[in-house]
Amino acid sequence: MIVKLRNPARELTVRGPMSVTKLFNQLDVNRESVLVICNGTLIPSDAMLDDDAVVEIRPVISGGA
Amino acid sequence: MKCTVCRGPAVIDLRRHNSNFCVDHFLRFCRDQVRRTIDEFEMFAPTDRVLVAVSGGKDSLAIWDLLMELGYSVDGLYVGLGIGEYSDASGEHARRFASSRGATLIEVDLPGTYGYDIPTGARAARRAPCSACGLTKRHLFDAAAIDGGYDVLVTGHNLDDEAAVLFGNTIKWHTEYLARQAPVLPARAGFPRKVKPLVRLSEREMAAYCVLSRIDYIVDECPMAAGNRHLGYKEVLNDLEARSPGAKADFYFNFLRSAAGHFNAEDADSSGALRECERCGAPSSGEVCAFCRLVERAGGSQPVTLSPTRSSSPSRNGASS
Repeated sequence: MIVKLRNPARELTVRGPMSVTKLFNQLDVNRESVLVICNGTLIPSDAMLDDDAVVEIRPVISGGA
Repeated sequence: MKCTVCRGPAVIDLRRHNSNFCVDHFLRFCRDQVRRTIDEFEMFAPTDRVLVAVSGGKDSLAIWDLLMELGYSVDGLYVGLGIGEYSDASGEHARRFASSRGATLIEVDLPGTYGYDIPTGARAARRAPCSACGLTKRHLFDAAAIDGGYDVLVTGHNLDDEAAVLFGNTIKWHTEYLARQAPVLPARAGFPRKVKPLVRLSEREMAAYCVLSRIDYIVDECPMAAGNRHLGYKEVLNDLEARSPGAKADFYFNFLRSAAGHFNAEDADSSGALRECERCGAPSSGEVCAFCRLVERAGGSQPVTLSPTRSSSPSRNGASS
């Protein structure tokens, strides 16, 4: 699957199928600080991602406070 | 994963609420949380004129949308901070949202009106960029709310923002700031009433609200925020949240319930010692307010050229550090 990341913008190729939770673990991403977007909508952490999926892991943390 | 309410397909799981939601029930959850916050803290009335400070980011556009969905009369205020392409893009997001909703957006152009941008002002005043930006926005937000006759100024501070500020103030024991950390700051002479209706909703929930409501917000982080202390605090708190869902909400709301009252409000309220700035008339502890001093120092300074400041290695929170 193609995994799109930001800060900096880049793409990774990851072998699927794989659950969102397992993808978080593999990439060492804290689930509390991102959303996973596929085909324009959100997908929950138990969703399975096919090998041909294209997903965005979008950070949600902003610096201003 | 099924929606806790209707058993339809869920799109988001909220571990701190032990709940999963479909699109419709998540959007309803967000509206309910905001309505509950406004009512609980008596933030404003349905007939009040509300001004929301808008950056083009997820939180400010989400709260603007939520308040209009709840039937309030809300105008937006956007301050163009002159942070290169980032400000150009964020302004476009704010304008597009206002246009799509038929809402009024008031704009203030900092470089055009006051002769400096944030990178230049920060260097001239020898302040951290986020400090110069905060000072500038607070002054301009206050002035716009008062000059426009608004009853209340809304900001998009969410649970993560408030928990991070509380964390920073606690580890330093800034008691004067702890006394002022509340979802509502009453109006004082020269200051509008300020409220934070998003304190029950997290950053992740606000980003989700925007995605599911098709709100086109600026996703990229401000290039000046690299190294911002609060980003580090948020990372620490999100690590805690991952281990113990609900930790951020417990930290913040238990502070409000059990600790905030122990800090002396007199430490926080220095309005008795304030006078009017001799240049702009805003409340000030000296003859000239901090904003006017910043304008003076930055005026005529050589503009700062922005260069990429983001680290090439992402943190576990997805944001660069």
